Amino acid sequence: MPEIKVTPLGAGQDVGRSCILVSIAGKNVMLDCGMHMGYNDDRRFPDFSYITQNGRLTDFLDCVIISHFHLDHCGALPYFSEMVGYDGPIYMTHPTKAICPILLEDYRKITVDKKGETNFFTSQMIKDCMKKVVAVHLHQTVQVDEELEIKAYYAGHVLGAAMFQIKVGCESVVYTGDYNMTPDRHLGAAWIDKCRPDLLISESTYATTIRDSKRCRERDFLKKVHETVERGGKVLIPVFALGRAQELCILLETFWERMNLKAPIYFSTGLTEKANHYYKLFITWTNQKIRKTFVQRNMFEFKHIKAFDRAFADNPGPMVVFATPGMLHAGQSLQIFRKWAGNEKNMVIMPGYCVQGTVGHKILSGQRKLEMEGRQILEVKMQVEYMSFSAHADAKGIMQLIRQAEPQNVLLVHGEAKKMEFLKQKIEQEFHVNCYMPANGETTTIFTNPSIPVDISLGLLKRETAIGLLPDVKKPKLMHGTLIMKDNSFRLVSPEQALKELGLAEHQLRFTCRVHIQDPRKEHETVLRVYNHLKAVLKDYSVQHLPDGSITVESILIQATAHSEDQGTKVLLVSWTYQDEELGSYLTSLLKKGLPQSTS
Amino acid sequence: MAAHLKKRVYEEFTKVVQQQHEDLSAKKLRLTKPSKSAALHVDLCKATSPADALQYLLQFARKPVEVESVEGVVRILLEHYYKENDASVRLKIASLLGLLSKTAGFSPDCIMDDAINTLQNEKSHQVLAQLLDTLLVIGTKLTENPSVRMRLVEVACKHLTDSSHGVRNKCLQLIGCLGPVEKGVAKEVESQSAKDVQKIIGDHFNDQDPRVRTAAIKAMLQLHERGLKLQQTIYCQACKLLADDYEQVRSAAVQLIWVLSQLYPESIVPIPSSNEEIRLVDDAFGKICHMVSDGSWVVRVQAAKLLGSMQQVSSHFLEQTLDKKLMSDLRRKRTAHERAKELYSSGEFSSGRKWGDDAPKEEIDTGAVNLIESGACGAFVHGLEDEMYEVRIAAVEALCMLAQSSPSFAEKCLDFLVDMFNDEIEEVRLQSIHTMRKISNNITLREDQLDTVLAVLEDSSRDIREALHELLCCTNVSTKEGIHLALVELLKNLTKYPTDRESIWKCLKFLGSRHPTLVLPLVPELLSTHPFFDTPEPDMDDPAYIAVLVLIFNAAKSCPTMPALFSDHTFRHYAYLRDSLSHLVPPLRLPGRKLVSSPVSPSITPNEDPSQQFLHQSLERVYNLQHLDPQGVQELLEFTIRDLQRLGELQSELAGMADFTATYLQCQLLLIKALQEKLWNVAAPLYLKQNALASAAAKQILEETYKMEFMYSGVESRQVVIIHHMRLQAKALQLIVTARTTRGAEPLFGMCEKFLQEVDSFQRCFISELPHMQGSFVDKLLDLMPRLVTSKPSEVVKILQTTLRQSTFLHLPLPEQLHRATATIIEPTGESDNPLRFTSGLVVALDVDATLEHVQDPQGTVKVQVLYPDGQAQLIHPKPADFRNPGPGRHRLITQVYLSHTAWTEPCQIEVRLLLAYNSNRSKASAKIPKSTWSDSMEALPQSENGIEGTIPFSKPVKVYIMPKPARR
Repeated sequence: MPEIKVTPLGAGQDVGRSCILVSIAGKNVMLDCGMHMGYNDDRRFPDFSYITQNGRLTDFLDCVIISHFHLDHCGALPYFSEMVGYDGPIYMTHPTKAICPILLEDYRKITVDKKGETNFFTSQMIKDCMKKVVAVHLHQTVQVDEELEIKAYYAGHVLGAAMFQIKVGCESVVYTGDYNMTPDRHLGAAWIDKCRPDLLISESTYATTIRDSKRCRERDFLKKVHETVERGGKVLIPVFALGRAQELCILLETFWERMNLKAPIYFSTGLTEKANHYYKLFITWTNQKIRKTFVQRNMFEFKHIKAFDRAFADNPGPMVVFATPGMLHAGQSLQIFRKWAGNEKNMVIMPGYCVQGTVGHKILSGQRKLEMEGRQILEVKMQVEYMSFSAHADAKGIMQLIRQAEPQNVLLVHGEAKKMEFLKQKIEQEFHVNCYMPANGETTTIFTNPSIPVDISLGLLKRETAIGLLPDVKKPKLMHGTLIMKDNSFRLVSPEQALKELGLAEHQLRFTCRVHIQDPRKEHETVLRVYNHLKAVLKDYSVQHLPDGSITVESILIQATAHSEDQGTKVLLVSWTYQDEELGSYLTSLLKKGLPQSTS
Repeated sequence: MAAHLKKRVYEEFTKVVQQQHEDLSAKKLRLTKPSKSAALHVDLCKATSPADALQYLLQFARKPVEVESVEGVVRILLEHYYKENDASVRLKIASLLGLLSKTAGFSPDCIMDDAINTLQNEKSHQVLAQLLDTLLVIGTKLTENPSVRMRLVEVACKHLTDSSHGVRNKCLQLIGCLGPVEKGVAKEVESQSAKDVQKIIGDHFNDQDPRVRTAAIKAMLQLHERGLKLQQTIYCQACKLLADDYEQVRSAAVQLIWVLSQLYPESIVPIPSSNEEIRLVDDAFGKICHMVSDGSWVVRVQAAKLLGSMQQVSSHFLEQTLDKKLMSDLRRKRTAHERAKELYSSGEFSSGRKWGDDAPKEEIDTGAVNLIESGACGAFVHGLEDEMYEVRIAAVEALCMLAQSSPSFAEKCLDFLVDMFNDEIEEVRLQSIHTMRKISNNITLREDQLDTVLAVLEDSSRDIREALHELLCCTNVSTKEGIHLALVELLKNLTKYPTDRESIWKCLKFLGSRHPTLVLPLVPELLSTHPFFDTPEPDMDDPAYIAVLVLIFNAAKSCPTMPALFSDHTFRHYAYLRDSLSHLVPPLRLPGRKLVSSPVSPSITPNEDPSQQFLHQSLERVYNLQHLDPQGVQELLEFTIRDLQRLGELQSELAGMADFTATYLQCQLLLIKALQEKLWNVAAPLYLKQNALASAAAKQILEETYKMEFMYSGVESRQVVIIHHMRLQAKALQLIVTARTTRGAEPLFGMCEKFLQEVDSFQRCFISELPHMQGSFVDKLLDLMPRLVTSKPSEVVKILQTTLRQSTFLHLPLPEQLHRATATIIEPTGESDNPLRFTSGLVVALDVDATLEHVQDPQGTVKVQVLYPDGQAQLIHPKPADFRNPGPGRHRLITQVYLSHTAWTEPCQIEVRLLLAYNSNRSKASAKIPKSTWSDSMEALPQSENGIEGTIPFSKPVKVYIMPKPARR
């Protein structure tokens, strides 16, 4: 039985280092190639030696697919392709291809330049790696080789995030990457058609959460910012460079526009500026509103948001500043925070989760006195707000996607084991499909029952359908034809054509049977009696009495001769071709029962 | 047979028709043009290739065919149809047959047999489908004939087994449109066909082709629309279709389920996989809710829209739609809305949010959580969050409809609607504000909700702000803090957008009169009075101060203790505002002051309204007194006109009626004056004065009649006749005057001709009204018509003069409702002393803001006129998008007018006013003449040549001070 094998090298019952190996119908595909934020040693990259101990990876993998540009989905790519060695194609969407190298370069800089690591990939390696990338469009079917094809679907989450369908023959797998089922201010919701894959590999970050409507959070956020600005306070929003930052920018920009506000909004320069440039370019990947209005004005060409300069932080009057990084652990956001923390009119809004140990986490948990480096004590008087803006599908969203795609099996990755357990149970209960959640390195095997397509010649189809009633969806239909299996393809053709193609002469197979009947009368009288009898019984068939004394029922021939020894016994010779087997055997059994005692 | 047909065609070709005209004077001989069918036949015979024939047919299809020759043409076409081998030509012929049978006045039963016959031998599926389509057209024209319908349905049933989806599609459509609906009839006729239409259609619900499935559902819906009661059994089938792969099937299935839920709301259906049962409407509601999260947005829109009309659903299900059952880490979580409510009820307000404030509380039993099959759960939450704004709008509309019927639901959905005020698309925001206004009777806003609502007042879009003002006009606020908050925010709005002044004042007027008891404790603070100290008198021209006063005075109307809190200047200001802004400030019973205006008792119903009676009585009087001597008539008319005008000023609801009749009487008066005998008998040299009077009168009457016809909404054809009649009289008067002043008969001849033509067209337009006009001018004129046509102009004039004088005065019947179109220019106000300076030769944009009442089709008729001091006039056509429609009968024009002029030395005033454009062609009378598309276009109505275009000013002109400066070099 054909099978699909899935082995997560990362992201199996875990978040981070997404890397999943799939082998389907003899093809091996690697989905994502990410790094783990939590580790700084070898564990940060997936263990590629699992694939092969020695030798190029190219020989073992048919292609690599990257779902989006987050580092936990693409961070290990240069290491994988340049240092371990892979020369095959890497597929990603256009925005991912554009933004991915920026992030990789940034990541490299931090690891090599700041932390001083050696034996890390270089800028050149990133460039070389990107040369192997093939960019795909949404809903474009890309033929990797003759059999393997992939297709991208919109996934929301971040700009350019995509779900991929991998298809070989009739078997298919859908890998969702990270996705979001609720639209936000700059991106739409994930969407997939009813593609009925054999396996759906879904992320499950929020497997046990059903989220509140986004509108409340947005309104709260805007109200907080607006109130503070009206009071003359300054608002600091620490963000990471890509993703949520753009959403919040759009949110504030439109609000400023609507409410006619004048307070300046600043955005810390650097990485974000470059990224914004790409957001401007890839308008087709954004949501309905931005797509519809970009002709008048591109929403990412901010009117109210300007680039930030270090000196602006000391300016009097209200302002809003987006600064990196998001957890207030270093860099510009921390600098600004230190300047503004003392004033109770000011406010800091944390738009996302903060890791333990960071300043962000401390102030969120209510700490008001912070010890900074150099034994300095910073008293936090400013207001601290937490707003969660997350772009992953919640439990309901995951279920909704499963409902849309209608897979045969589901496999959960990118989530915590305990939470997955719950979702797995729900999926099995509600959709009655198998659900798997392998750990890293664990292989899951899924048996598929692929339907085998057979080409049928039009003539045969028409002929066969014309015979019976209209085709009914529910009932299988019997057909006569010849199945030709040749060069890996199946064809159903009419027997005549098959004979012609194969160069064979047609042989006729006839069954003959003798039936003895006790009848003292003359031969032709017996024939007449048989004829009358058959005519009476087989009303729907054409029964003919031929002049040479034989009877035909359709194509079945019946001849009567007197028995050589016993004149009272007549021998009926019944002969039919194998196509008429059904009728022929019926006829013989009928004749064996004998003729009715004629009244005449 | 063909030969016979051809003969018939050629007969038509040379048919000579004698047309008998009613007027015996003009007997004309007319030749009908060569018949279309003959030409077609010739063409088709000439055609050598299918492409040629197709070309001929295409050309033929462009021209209309007269009713009489349709049948002939059809025969010709059919004949060619049988001969034709090419499927595309047959297809075109089939489609032409359908087109021809649509011809008005043609009864297609004669060609039905042939059309059915053609079906028999047809092999091409496309042609077959087209033929069925033709049969559908024929069937829809003959719906009254049950046997024809039965026959067609039978034909359709026969072709249902066709292998092409197109044919099956058409068959189902045919069955849907023509299938028997009435049970009784069905019984008799069905005996031979013995088929249940519903069953036949139902069988195709699981056809292999999605297009056929869709057609089947649509046919079922069609049957329902035609009045057949669908069976409940198809409910299960329809439910299965909801999971179809194709969106158009799902979309249609949603509709079908909705229909069934409306038909059998109370029947009980089992819940699969459990032995519980629920009401069908609840089950259907759950299913449609489920479709709100469908993959296709078309289906989502459809589902969201239909939810709104399912009012029988039980409240338990309804309220689920707003509850998503949040959880986090498997623990139950409260929504932000719940938290806000709790915060509010615990008395704590606007606490700084702490991290983990929304920390989930109780553990959830994992088994009990149901992630998807929870039916209605959170449907609206999803709908309102949808990525397509079409879905969001549909969801808001549905919320509105459901909330209107269920107060408890209205209370619950409030939070969600308030959230929608922050949507990214303005249309959605606007829609949700309107929705909120519609359900505002059922709800009282909590303070935190009010806060969110008021935050939107700063929106830069004028439409949003005005919608919000309207909303505030009819909301209930629960606390005095709420009122205060609203006032503060509205004043903030006023300073930010001073142009909103009127709208804000109006809003405060209602806010005050709705909540007098809440305003009362705020009065000292608002007026900043102090028990011991005198406070400075506020500036009377400050719009903010006026706003506060409007609020207070309106509250004081039903709160008699309030005036005691006013200080002296407040009373003075009251007197001033009562005069200057009487529509905003109500009459108050103040100590030491008499109530000036008469009390309006609302108990009197309009029927017994004395003013209405007065109107009718005075009109009766006038109409009865037509035989008095002219002097008496004149005086009576003058008095009545004066009375009516005054009545119109006093009673706004009767203003339209009173003005209309007054105008009519005015016309009559003018006519009587102009025809006074004394003047006409004077000798020729003294004509001068009388001529001037008469021609001026005629001109004025003409103008007034145009006003009567086009400025009032609700004018019916009965009035239009009278108006036209009056106009005719005026024209007659003009003719007489010109006849007496001009010498020579040459110019007169043309004028007479023209006048007679007008009489003729009048007669044709209003032939049905003529019996009501006994003894009128036109009646007499028509009697004399034969004489007039033949006589010389001078005689004509003489006849006209006597008829005019002898004719009686027509009674003007009043329609039910009559409103005069009015316009008020709000902006520019015309108060500014600062001239608008601009460089000459360049343009300056002037914002014009006006409200229009009772204007029909303002986009087409309202124009802005700018008059420069040098007499130059400029007419501007506002864009259709500049008109908004805030309420029934009301329009708002917000536009920009571009001004330009050469340099002036001094600033000077220009006048801006609104005009109502009219075109007598567009008049209500001519619209009634049936215009058939297939009728011969050669016989164009003579209306167009005497169509008069003009404009009526209908707003007070506003003066704007401008100063074009010479350009500096």
